[in-house]
Amino acid sequence: MKQSDTPKLYDRIFKPRKYTLENGKTVNERHSRLPLVLILLLAAVIVSGEVTGFSITTLLGRLNYFFVMLFDMFPPDWAYMKDVWSPLWDTIKMSLLGSVIGALLCIPAAVLSSSNLIRNRAVTAFFKFFFSVVRTLPTLVVALIATYIFGLGTFAGTVAIAVFTFAYCGKILYEQIETVDMGAHEALEALGIGKLSAIRYSVWPQVLPSFLSTVLFCFEGNVRYASILGYVGAGGLGLILNEKIGWREYPRVGMILIALFVAVVAIESLSSWLRSKLT
Amino acid sequence: MNDIKLTPAEMLSKEPRKWITTLLAVLVTVMILAWSGSALESNSTGGSGLSVAKGIFLGILHPTASMLFTLGTNGVPYLLLETMCIAFLGTLVGAVISIPLAFLGAGNIVPKPIAIVCRVIVMAIRTIPSFVYGLMFIMVTGPGAFAGLLTMSVCSIGMLSKMFIETIEDLDRGILESLSAAGCTVFDKIRYGIIPQLMPSFASTLIYRFDMNLRDATVLGIVGAGGIGAPLIFAMNSYRWNDVGAILLGLVILVLIVEWISSKLRTALMKG
Repeated sequence: MKQSDTPKLYDRIFKPRKYTLENGKTVNERHSRLPLVLILLLAAVIVSGEVTGFSITTLLGRLNYFFVMLFDMFPPDWAYMKDVWSPLWDTIKMSLLGSVIGALLCIPAAVLSSSNLIRNRAVTAFFKFFFSVVRTLPTLVVALIATYIFGLGTFAGTVAIAVFTFAYCGKILYEQIETVDMGAHEALEALGIGKLSAIRYSVWPQVLPSFLSTVLFCFEGNVRYASILGYVGAGGLGLILNEKIGWREYPRVGMILIALFVAVVAIESLSSWLRSKLT
Repeated sequence: MNDIKLTPAEMLSKEPRKWITTLLAVLVTVMILAWSGSALESNSTGGSGLSVAKGIFLGILHPTASMLFTLGTNGVPYLLLETMCIAFLGTLVGAVISIPLAFLGAGNIVPKPIAIVCRVIVMAIRTIPSFVYGLMFIMVTGPGAFAGLLTMSVCSIGMLSKMFIETIEDLDRGILESLSAAGCTVFDKIRYGIIPQLMPSFASTLIYRFDMNLRDATVLGIVGAGGIGAPLIFAMNSYRWNDVGAILLGLVILVLIVEWISSKLRTALMKG
């Protein structure tokens, strides 16, 4: 281990402990950064506590109110299930179609932002920045804007999910493309094959399994997220969930949540089985 | 190796015929997609969609400057600070709840049945959408940032305990054995054997979750649980697209900065 010549500020304030070994060499043991980190964390906790009005007494004293709504949900209204089926399928279809559209759209953009395939730094930087900005846009905001443009309904939700999937899968895809083994690609280009075919036959087979697995993972998350989108009128389970909460019909809310739980568990096990086949 | 004598054409003909499975997979995928296309419906706005979109994007691209630079409680800087505080404490409280859950859900520490029960509980916690939690906590604390903080913490439990469980299950038992062979007490074993193994990964998970919480904070706004979400949703519902632009601009810049710092911190943690 070679020590840098100019010590960091922290090491200049808290001098490192010096040990002299038997063979006459001196070894510096730098002080742990833990106190500094702890002080910073403590300061952040105090500031956040002030800003958010955190009070442990309110929390402990009134925590029972948290369970009021939860206990009202049980027993759930089983008979209501017949009205849950259609929005539940809508939610699943929305997230499926949205995930597929988003995943297909992100492929060309991800190729354009991979620095090992595109020589032009400006192009890759632009597309990477584009991905980051789209990823920071809250899905709920995208959904709300989509409802203004496309009208209320599942189409708006599908668009919102496609936008989110585009950004999420695109980022992971270009990171994977940038780490592939470029030997096969160079060999194909040396043989005089076109640029696109070289990508098709060398890069694509390497990233395809992990890309599919990313898309499946994203789809799982989207099913859960799609249930929120209904809140802004973008179709699916959220629509009836919002309605029933508004009317305080908590047994029905319980039924909706149970249906969502079962669907999520089923989709997660199906998708993790598929992903284990892929890798 | 007598295959080597074959010509490329003969080699190709010996390739296993996988087209049937491929065809089946493609067929099933296409059928599922066609089926899910049937759910697409929208109450069309009567062809005015394009002009509406134009108005929205023009508004968002011209953010209200006065909102961006005022330091009062309704200016963007304060709202962002509040959102960061909610995400920070929410992540911390979530971690405090998730650590015991993670130890109870790790198959190498407790018996299998307990671990499975614990994991089902975590999964059930994760299924309930965040705005339902938001409504529940508003009954506890009243609307405001405190409710948002508690909602964030409960929503973080799912992912945090899942990642913590994976870390705990990867613990290297050999180190603990050698520590007990050297005569260490239980406390020494936790201090020098377990904490150094878990800390970097836990910290990196927490930083990542903070990042996600900051991004998800807008969801809280829809139920009035504090942060930047509420003004954002109000502005959108009353078509004040310039204000929406100002809030979004602040949020996007903040998230990008935090993401950059958090990825730097996480690589530093990985390197040790």
